[in-house]
Amino acid sequence: MSVTEELLNQRPEGWNRPAPQVPDDEGELLEIAMGPHHPSTHGVFRMDVALDGERVVRLKAVFGYLHRNHEKIAEGVSYLASMPYTDRLDYICPITNNWAYALAVEKLAGQEVPERAEYLRVILGELTRFQNHASSIGFLIQEMGASGTPLMYAFKAREKVLDLFEELTGARMMVNYMRFGGCRVDASPAWLERTRKVVAGLPGFVDEFERLLATNEILMARTQGVGILKPELAINAGVTGPMLRASGVNYDIRKVDGYGIYNRFNFRVPLGDHGDVYDRFMIRLLEMRESIGILNQALKEIPIGPVMDPKAKLRGFRPKAGEAYGRIEAPKGELGFYLISDGGPNPYRYRVRPPSLINLTVLEDMCLGHDVADVVLIFGSVDIVLGEVDR
Amino acid sequence: MLGEGILKGMAETAKNFFGSYFSAERLTTVEYPEERIAPFEAARVFPFLVYDGADWEAGLRCVACQICEKECPPKCIYIEKSKDKKPDAVGKPQFYPARFDIDISVCMSCQICVEVCPFEAIKMDTEFELSTTDRFGGLLLDRKQLAKPDEYYQKIHPTEAHEVDAKLAVEKAKADAKAKSAIAASAAKAAVIAGEGA
Repeated sequence: MSVTEELLNQRPEGWNRPAPQVPDDEGELLEIAMGPHHPSTHGVFRMDVALDGERVVRLKAVFGYLHRNHEKIAEGVSYLASMPYTDRLDYICPITNNWAYALAVEKLAGQEVPERAEYLRVILGELTRFQNHASSIGFLIQEMGASGTPLMYAFKAREKVLDLFEELTGARMMVNYMRFGGCRVDASPAWLERTRKVVAGLPGFVDEFERLLATNEILMARTQGVGILKPELAINAGVTGPMLRASGVNYDIRKVDGYGIYNRFNFRVPLGDHGDVYDRFMIRLLEMRESIGILNQALKEIPIGPVMDPKAKLRGFRPKAGEAYGRIEAPKGELGFYLISDGGPNPYRYRVRPPSLINLTVLEDMCLGHDVADVVLIFGSVDIVLGEVDR
Repeated sequence: MLGEGILKGMAETAKNFFGSYFSAERLTTVEYPEERIAPFEAARVFPFLVYDGADWEAGLRCVACQICEKECPPKCIYIEKSKDKKPDAVGKPQFYPARFDIDISVCMSCQICVEVCPFEAIKMDTEFELSTTDRFGGLLLDRKQLAKPDEYYQKIHPTEAHEVDAKLAVEKAKADAKAKSAIAASAAKAAVIAGEGA
């Protein structure tokens, strides 16, 4: 082993990474740059892979191709003007981004949120979780080689949810819906009725998806025992969300923090056993079912009332000096916004804790020793959006 | 049995495929240019300026207060305030925008300009077929291109426009009452002066 390789394989104390893969003596290592324009990378992301034959010996993730200066822009504009920018972080689920940011600012300013707005946030958040998990499973299967069919099935369900978003907020994806102290517009009774109808159809979609995929032998052969993430490593690396729960760690911020009104709802947290790709796939399927349960409860209980706190200010919003960290269980993991205010109209420091980026830090540990074809699969099972990784 | 799961999945796709010949619900797409789905009432694309009456230049509701310019997150609005004043819908003399440009290649359709506008002057359009061959001039809209009549706004966002009209009517009634009382006061004053003269 060369000195460079020795340095590369050095592990900090307690890091619990798998043993370094030593190449055999025959032949040389083949170094491949997968990406930034690789179809499997969901965007622009590069993996520098060193291969011994088909086996991955080393993998280096290269971030930053989609860097858009999000945090610095937010420090230069007012609190309100950052809200539409948060839509563009994780563009598959903009509602939860809005929510996390609104929560952080509300904590900073000590702002109350009316009851109906909290219910609307839960309804939209769980719809977002549903459509994110559906499309993420679709993308995962697409990367396995089943081009199209499962993804189109997922998008069929997602389309119905996006139509609901558009009807309420005016945009399918870039919703810009939440405000500090509530939500921008109220949901009409007709919208709630349509949502009930769509939600009633969602279990049928999950059943269909399960029949289509869950027992498929090819899928099981490709995913079971691949990309195992040990719970110790997952906790050490700060992995959150379905990735962490697939490794068997019971940690869901909806349960731990009970932010918003989540402690009113009755739902279970599905846990995995092995921490492999198949577990992550199944966890997402099960979480979709739990989301439908929460949606049914929220749609039944939603009260009548205002959706904005009348004391909330839209323009000239200046929270007092201080700091706050607001976090929610976004579909991909813990999404947090850390804000420092100096009393001015724009934040002094604005920091995003993106689940996608931090879940991606264990990519090498999951991929070592697997074939290069499995790297694509493991990468897909992390469920990332590059807009959030690079910001 | 090996392959059972695959067969089960195949049965599901077959069901969807043949079902699409019998049930319209299984068809989720439309053939776009020929068939169109009507946009939702809340749909938003790019902003436009509302004007009342027949003359777009005289009827613009915008008073060039420049709040939207300041609040716009990507700073795609450029406003030049006029030197002189002209009467607005209520009859009060107001400034008007000598220049009002929106670069829709920068605009991100966030609707914040609409929310912060205190005069209901800027609203969101639903027109989305905006492709042009001129990528600079064609996407920089000036106030003439942005001005659209109030009737158009009533047509694309009927519910919202109804609320806006109610709000404007209240404001107008208030302004009228104020003007009336001012006239009465000045008349009374004039009468007093006349009385003193006599």
